Amino acid sequence: MTKLKYILQLADTALILGHRLSEWTGHGPILEQDMALTNIALDLVGQARSLYQHAAEVEGKGRTEDDLAYLRTTTDFLNPLIVEIPNGNFGDTIARQFFFDVYNHTFYTELQKSKDATLSAIAEKSLKEVKYHLRYSSDWMRRLGDGTEESHQKIQTAVDSIWMYTGELTTMNEVEKEMLSEGIGVNLESIKPIWTEKVKAVLAEATLTMPESTWMQSGGKDGKHTEHLGFILAEMQHLQRTHPGATW
Amino acid sequence: MKNWPLYEIFIRSKQGLHHKHVGSLHATDSTMAMENARDVYTRRQEGVSIWVVESKHITASNPDDSEELFDPAADKVYRHPTFYDLPDELKHM
Repeated sequence: MTKLKYILQLADTALILGHRLSEWTGHGPILEQDMALTNIALDLVGQARSLYQHAAEVEGKGRTEDDLAYLRTTTDFLNPLIVEIPNGNFGDTIARQFFFDVYNHTFYTELQKSKDATLSAIAEKSLKEVKYHLRYSSDWMRRLGDGTEESHQKIQTAVDSIWMYTGELTTMNEVEKEMLSEGIGVNLESIKPIWTEKVKAVLAEATLTMPESTWMQSGGKDGKHTEHLGFILAEMQHLQRTHPGATW
Repeated sequence: MKNWPLYEIFIRSKQGLHHKHVGSLHATDSTMAMENARDVYTRRQEGVSIWVVESKHITASNPDDSEELFDPAADKVYRHPTFYDLPDELKHM
């Protein structure tokens, strides 16, 4: 069912990035940034929950949000690759977050118009959170890019190495095309130029160079993942798989 | 990061109330201090407004001066408006 796949794709994206950011808990460069990253992680996991609940309802087979998050395997996950790549250093995490936030902000803005009332409501609620994420990651891009020589060089390296994962965000697969034609999904083609403009503007302010390469990695949205996702799921699903149905 | 300046954070918990000092944090500039304050001090709906001010801009009274600063007020009860008979209808005085 295409709609189910579409919702799962959105839910998986939020969950995996949320999980990645949660790995910073207790490891942030300072307490304040540790909490900032953890807050964003919690926002994303919260968004994932709403989406999984909706997916479970749409599927109508009695599976719960937990089943969908914790009992599916790597090839079932439909998130784009960018959210599963490792955190790297703080700059790598910020660059990944920034690229994603620009996309996510534009995406949720458009998703508010979805014919699916629940998706529209989730978009409206999430947008408030995502606005702050974007503000946070954009500020850090400027700060690191226009900071010291070392911070500039590190964040430029991060931008260059993550760049090849950005294309997938705004490239439509079959599921997304079908959802667009039904008025449920978002037109990523129309998001693409907005994404490029916004990224360009912040990188310029940050005195960073925008990569010119157009070669992009993809496959995540169709279940073809990097090796990293398996490790994430192993850690994330361990408890639920060892003690099925465990509750607090 | 050890050299990041310290900021004092003030939060107004409700419209109409005044800002109250809630703590301090480190940040490179006031923009970051504002974001950090939001993340550290308003996660549980503590506030509707935030003030941040770099700690060095606050001049504090010296505890050693307490005697001369505060003790003289101790025996001047007539400065309190407690000698008026207030009508019962008047609340919040």
